[in-house]
Amino acid sequence: MPNHIFLFSGASAVGKTSVLRSLLPLLKQSGAPPCVCKIDCLQSGDAAVFEELGLPCVTGLSGDICPDHFLVSNLPELWDWADGQRCDTLVIETAGLCHRCSPATIHMVAGCVLDCTASCKAPGQLGPMLTQADFVVLTKTDMVSQAELEIISWQIGELNPKAALFPVDGLAGYGIDRLAQWLLEQPANCSSGEDVLRHTMPSGVCSYCVGERRVGGAFQQGVVGKIDFGKEAPVWSA
Amino acid sequence: MECLTILPGHDKRGTVESFLPIHLKRGQLYTIVGNTGSGKSRLIKDVEQLAQGDSVTGRTILLDGAPVSRCHRQRLSGQLVAHLGQNMRFVLDTTVEDFLRLHARCRSREITPEEILKLVNEITPEPVTLGQSLNQLSGGQSRALMIGDIALICDSPIVLIDEIENAGIDKQRALHLLRRQDKLVLVVTHDPHTALMSEQRIVLGGGAITAVVGRSPAEAALYQQLEAEYQTQRRYQTLLRKGELLA
Repeated sequence: MPNHIFLFSGASAVGKTSVLRSLLPLLKQSGAPPCVCKIDCLQSGDAAVFEELGLPCVTGLSGDICPDHFLVSNLPELWDWADGQRCDTLVIETAGLCHRCSPATIHMVAGCVLDCTASCKAPGQLGPMLTQADFVVLTKTDMVSQAELEIISWQIGELNPKAALFPVDGLAGYGIDRLAQWLLEQPANCSSGEDVLRHTMPSGVCSYCVGERRVGGAFQQGVVGKIDFGKEAPVWSA
Repeated sequence: MECLTILPGHDKRGTVESFLPIHLKRGQLYTIVGNTGSGKSRLIKDVEQLAQGDSVTGRTILLDGAPVSRCHRQRLSGQLVAHLGQNMRFVLDTTVEDFLRLHARCRSREITPEEILKLVNEITPEPVTLGQSLNQLSGGQSRALMIGDIALICDSPIVLIDEIENAGIDKQRALHLLRRQDKLVLVVTHDPHTALMSEQRIVLGGGAITAVVGRSPAEAALYQQLEAEYQTQRRYQTLLRKGELLA
């Protein structure tokens, strides 16, 4: 089990890979070359980006499974793989899916990557991925005014006052040096071989999880949630 | 904060810059000139982030002659430096009023959105209203709101401006607003009239600071001429916008 596991989670296209492209060379220079795991759902060409940097990389495609569940199910194998690569640091990038849950465990240094240009309501919609993160990377800061960046930072501070905040411009690499320095200062935290999720995962096991395609009450089994329509609830028809 | 000092880093090819420490004083306006891609925005970024030899340029920025410790950088940068970038659009999905309230709250400032709008509407010909959606403002309105926000809510001693000429706002009024209260102002510009407003201009090329040029007496005289021409241009601009004949 590697001593340092850095998790980068965040929605699609927020700039996780751009952050890593600037960050990984700095971690490599520091004398502790990491190995990298990319978790995606359908396809990913990012392994090539990491391999170009001369770092061991593995891609996990979750396919039909929730990528967060998939990542947790593969953690022990990832620890062994990192050990086999003789890497003391494992960096994991994952897109997540519904952001209801987070694959962060207690032993990881868990980060959430957020796009400044998204809605200012976006942080409030992220759940434990943001509220339980150890650090938050704010990307595309060159696209917003200083005032907007301050407002977004303040909103994140309200949701997670403990997280270290790193505003960056991933394309030009501004701000990545501070993030690298901070990550390298984090104490080793992973050697026990045991780990626990910070937050429970959604309890969604319904017909649709196992391949059902037909719509209608008759085809819904397992854990099924319903919208609360308030007083004017429509009449239920099965 | 009374003075900033820029120490050399290196150009885009890694060659060490060969200028003497540049001292920038409070109450002064400095301009930054050079071709596109010459490193002007990077210099602005170095100052904004109070770089300590660790940015892409390798430059160091001293505050009152002293380096800034890493743990204080982000906080000091936020307190001391206001930056008007090149972007002409807001992206937050909220109203002008909420934006101003939220930002004043972040900065613990007691100022009403109405007071800020009064000033904003002095520099843009199309008035901004409180209920307008932030990301539907025009380029000029956005720019004017950013300037009003920097002048009244940020009120930082160091103001960095990446091209003030954009979007047809009143450049002189805007600069006048931003320079109030003894601020150190750095303006990136391609415009000779703006450049000659400063007594010293920093010249960039290939990612490096290649010269610091003092305004000569002949240039001070030239400035008067450019100023007269600028006023003529503005008169024509106003006529043009009203749909009138220029001659």
